[in-house]
Amino acid sequence: MSTRIYVPRETAAISVGADEVAIAIARHAKEKGEKIELVRNGSWGATWLEPLVEVVVGEQRIAYGNVEPGDIPSMFAAGLLSGGEHARRIGPTKEIAYLIKQDRWTFWRCGLINPLSVDDFVAHKGFAGLTKAIGMGQQSVIDAIRKSGLRGRGGAGFPAAIKWQTVADTAAEQKYVACNADEGDSGTFSDRIMMESDPLGLVEGLLIAGFAVGASKGYIYLRSEYPLAHSILTRAIVAAREAGWLGDNIQGTGFSFDIDVHLGAGSYVCGEETAMLESLEGKAGVIRYKPPLPAIAGLFGKPTVVNNVVTLASVPNIINLGGEKYAGYGVNRSTGTLAFQLAGNIKRGGLVEKAFGLSLRELIEDWGGGTASGRPIRAVQVGGPLGAYIPAEHLDTPLDYEAFLGIGAMIGHGGIVVFDDTADMAQQARFTMEFCALESCGKCTPCRIGAVRGVEVIDRMIADENRDANYELLLELCDTMEGASLCAMGGMTPYPVRSVLKYFAEDFASSEGTGK
Amino acid sequence: MTREDYNPASASELMRGFGSRPEMLVQILHAFMDRFGWISEDAIRQLASELNLSRADVHGVVSYYHDFRTTPSARHIVKICAAEACQSMGSRALVKHAEESLQLKLHESNDNITLEPVYCLGNCACSPAIMANGKTFGRVSATRFDEIVAGLNEASS
Repeated sequence: MSTRIYVPRETAAISVGADEVAIAIARHAKEKGEKIELVRNGSWGATWLEPLVEVVVGEQRIAYGNVEPGDIPSMFAAGLLSGGEHARRIGPTKEIAYLIKQDRWTFWRCGLINPLSVDDFVAHKGFAGLTKAIGMGQQSVIDAIRKSGLRGRGGAGFPAAIKWQTVADTAAEQKYVACNADEGDSGTFSDRIMMESDPLGLVEGLLIAGFAVGASKGYIYLRSEYPLAHSILTRAIVAAREAGWLGDNIQGTGFSFDIDVHLGAGSYVCGEETAMLESLEGKAGVIRYKPPLPAIAGLFGKPTVVNNVVTLASVPNIINLGGEKYAGYGVNRSTGTLAFQLAGNIKRGGLVEKAFGLSLRELIEDWGGGTASGRPIRAVQVGGPLGAYIPAEHLDTPLDYEAFLGIGAMIGHGGIVVFDDTADMAQQARFTMEFCALESCGKCTPCRIGAVRGVEVIDRMIADENRDANYELLLELCDTMEGASLCAMGGMTPYPVRSVLKYFAEDFASSEGTGK
Repeated sequence: MTREDYNPASASELMRGFGSRPEMLVQILHAFMDRFGWISEDAIRQLASELNLSRADVHGVVSYYHDFRTTPSARHIVKICAAEACQSMGSRALVKHAEESLQLKLHESNDNITLEPVYCLGNCACSPAIMANGKTFGRVSATRFDEIVAGLNEASS
């Protein structure tokens, strides 16, 4: 009988040596004449423990963390195949506190299964949501999503059911589901973990959305910086098609739907939904005026559901377990769970799926263990490059869409980037403007020109040139960009800039009068 | 994948693989990048002609996206993540180190290596991150950077 060993095939794990570990395990087992079955699973999301190797012993999976290829001989000698004691041994995976304290609604199969196996997926409730949805009928599916309170997890937090209902109610011969997998915000990787660890969970979400609104075609717009996710996702889609879960007359239900994966090409603004649609049509990713809304005239002018990866991947369990159950998680109008991503200068970085309502401090301290450098926290950027820099004094703010708006911040896609006290916040404000200048699609003037001027004004402030006048000018520029830009790129670039002016003004040098 | 110099026969074959549909232009350009390494003026001319687009249309798309190069790169492409999560773990110092050790500025190439910034590889819990020839590396110290670069040179020698 062979022993099953799991080694993740996931970008973060591989980036710190998981492939080399897998090779070393296979080679060593062969040399020792041990029979093993090596399975490349996805990641559980405890990135700080990667490469995380698991050995199946009886009913349990025994985890070994931060494994290096050089550890393999001693791990075998210590009885790896029976879960033997070793400096790298953590214990049973299902007892890892980082994981068991989470509310895994959407990411529960990540790490557990072989992402490329349709059988493994189906054995873990895969496609059960789709089957149930088809039995319920289109409107009941949309009603379940409405009851769940699910809001767009890409960042904007728009209620998913309203989009779905609009597309369903708009008459057209062709409708589309376009999944936004252009996860460009620094500090975010939940879409990637989903696509690499449970790609069929996303496929099922698209299928249910397609069924609910009457679409027969789905697109996944995936950023090109994710080559491994591309490979895993396309292979999983081929496997699903071969098994009759995509294509014509799926499993004899009469419902037909298929999915194409399109690659982005390094443009941040293509994560904005209308720029993404332009790019999907083969054009430059220049944003569109709204209205018309994509739900009425989207891809190729047809009604289109545009949802983020995590939004769609949350759907199967909402159908399985009911919208009310999902709505039971969270607080106020932020119902359900969000996959927070602990990133940057943090000791225990990774993915934490948790109901809304806990505080930033709980996440950063209880899960994250504070900074990686061991120094005090200076600032935390939440929600990507367009999110505010939050000072330590606001770390007790509950993670709730509206509570964050209340402090001039946003939760966005749930990325949390921690900076220690060595951070130069004036440089961070400058980078915000520089990034906007680099990535602006160029359609509207406040964003295209404003960002360039913003860098210049900040440079003058850093050089201590007419600081008070430039401070006023920068605030005015922020007003113009926020009020007059066509999309969030120019419209929210002022958020992090203003937050630096408000909380970290001293970093623009020490002269008097910069006041808050 | 096999790299070859741009030639009209190969280019046509790639376009036909996408049904020569103009709405597949971004995907076709990726295929050109994989095959030819860059998008030449001649390639733009041929794309326009075979996809029934204007040269200005094609040029507009090529120049819009960071991924599409209009000059050849060196044999190896090293991208350093310069976005916020990596900044919080010292990517600015890593860029400085790379520039000094390779004697290159960002966006420059020597005979061997093209050095570029990238804005997020989605490896933010293992910052700072780099991508070398399409493979992502995490927790990259200056020493590890040098080892990765040495590994590229070894693999191709």
